[in-house]
Amino acid sequence: MVQILTYLGYFLVLLGAIFLFLGGLGIVRLPDIYSRLQAGTKASTLGAMSLILGVGILALRQPGHWNWFIKAIVIIIFIALSNPISSHALARGSYRHKIKPWTKEDIDAYKDYIEHEGIEKESEEIKNE
Amino acid sequence: MEKQQQLASKPIRFLYSWLVFFIVWLGFTTTLQIPEVLTGLFVSFLLAFFYYDTFTGWGFKGIKLSNIWWSIVYVLNFIWLMIKANFNVARIVLTPKMPINPGIVEFESKLTNPYAKMVLANSITLTPGTFTVDIIGNRFYIHWLDVTTVEPEQVYKEIAEPFEKILLKMFN
Amino acid sequence: MALHFNLMDIIVLVIITLALILDFYRFLKGPLASDRVMAADTMTVSSAAMLVFLGLLFDRYIYLDIALIYAVLGFVGVIVVARYLEGGV
Repeated sequence: MVQILTYLGYFLVLLGAIFLFLGGLGIVRLPDIYSRLQAGTKASTLGAMSLILGVGILALRQPGHWNWFIKAIVIIIFIALSNPISSHALARGSYRHKIKPWTKEDIDAYKDYIEHEGIEKESEEIKNE
Repeated sequence: MEKQQQLASKPIRFLYSWLVFFIVWLGFTTTLQIPEVLTGLFVSFLLAFFYYDTFTGWGFKGIKLSNIWWSIVYVLNFIWLMIKANFNVARIVLTPKMPINPGIVEFESKLTNPYAKMVLANSITLTPGTFTVDIIGNRFYIHWLDVTTVEPEQVYKEIAEPFEKILLKMFN
Repeated sequence: MALHFNLMDIIVLVIITLALILDFYRFLKGPLASDRVMAADTMTVSSAAMLVFLGLLFDRYIYLDIALIYAVLGFVGVIVVARYLEGGV
């Protein structure tokens, strides 16, 4: 039983570390902030989740360490909820800060919204309040 | 959907928030010693007293057996897609020429519940190649790392449909 | 307290450190404020995970709480900067 936990835990920990590394490579290599956010968010979320779950499983080998496992689950839930929200907020903020996305074929549906309807309508709403 | 929007009565909402806050406290402290548990009951009572109004509208009505079942299905499906997403990112990053064609596309969602929309947006962010930039009303703006189509219906079919099928049942 | 680092622990720590170095390179290079914030956020999550792993190696439960609080603070910081970029604060 201890051996199974050891193998499973170390497998998850190593997988998480490799994903974190690939995320780092992604944010160095990709061309613009939005693509970097993609790589950074996905890789760091799953990497950290897998690593922390692995630590929780490894801690179960010692008697009386069940609270490690529960705390690890709490951290995992928090990361899974907070990380997409923060990167979404950052992407939205960057776009409204007029940072253009890097595209090959100029596909940008959000620009139409920002330029034609969005900003005017929103500022009107603010005035009306 | 209409019935769900009705608010539960105040004591029930209060009890519900107290219970949820207390469970969160137990998760944070991870101990069952008497003083800790008593403190937790007191603190979560205070928090529930001040925040139950903004914290929940429906109380226990949202918890049904079918909803719990569909949540489990959703989470399993989601974890699988997340693992796929990471191998996708790994493939893109490790290829020397980086096969990407990024762009921002839009689609209309059929969901009405705000929580469901939040879950959908977060799921899109964590699954292969897609990333939610903004939500306006029912329109989702998605940054797509490898655009294959710009037609909103096609985008909806490719990105959102597998999630929405389950989400519609989950928030029913 | 005797520490027993086996080979696997060291490999994992080295890989996470390399990931942190890559993030830090993007943090130094920029070129935009958002890039730096994103790099800092990725570093926060990575180092929170590393703290949890170190907590296991040193057998200190308090490291898990520290990692949780660290992740919370990183989240709040990113939200604040995003609001600032949007022009709202």
